Amino acid sequence: MADDVTSAIENEIRDNKIMIYMKGNPTFPQCGFSAATMEIFHEIGKPFHTVDVLSEPAKRDAIKRYSNWPTIPQVYIGGKFVGGCDIVREMFTTGELQKLVVDAFSSH
Amino acid sequence: MAEGKTPVEATREARLRERVRHGLAAEHVELADESGRHVGHPGAAGGAGYYHVVVVSPRFVGLDRVARHRLVYEAVGDLIPDEVHALAISAYAPDEWRARKA
Repeated sequence: MADDVTSAIENEIRDNKIMIYMKGNPTFPQCGFSAATMEIFHEIGKPFHTVDVLSEPAKRDAIKRYSNWPTIPQVYIGGKFVGGCDIVREMFTTGELQKLVVDAFSSH
Repeated sequence: MAEGKTPVEATREARLRERVRHGLAAEHVELADESGRHVGHPGAAGGAGYYHVVVVSPRFVGLDRVARHRLVYEAVGDLIPDEVHALAISAYAPDEWRARKA
């Protein structure tokens, strides 16, 4: 029963080691939480892919349902849901996030 | 409630606090209104609140971060997104909280 939007999300999460659903884009984030998340991933320095949910309203609703998570941004690493801004920030502070990224990029 | 808050804001905060406390059998809840940091943001223009909540609950024991945050979101329920535009969450099990304070 996967609709088109859900299939698109599944593909994005599968095809990108780091996939981020955010408001705005990496250069011009449209929300403080998305901006903070971008800072962290710029710092990490590995390639990541983003979708601007403000320009894709259907995807904004779909990703919330898909992740069972009511807020944006949402971060997927290695095909797995990691969380939103708070969790990413916490994991960056402890070094868990960097490890997750290294693991994702070293697996095939 | 804190001075300078409108009745709507005060009620919203009280409900948010109560839902978190009750829904998670929380031992401790701290709520900070961070709407001031988001002035001019499209979401803030609608008057919806930006909050940071610190929750200490025995329900978090043994759960990872995602599961903890999902429980908080569940407890907050339909206050998101109309009344609560964004919620930063710090979720601790009681022993983690005590270790942090020590």
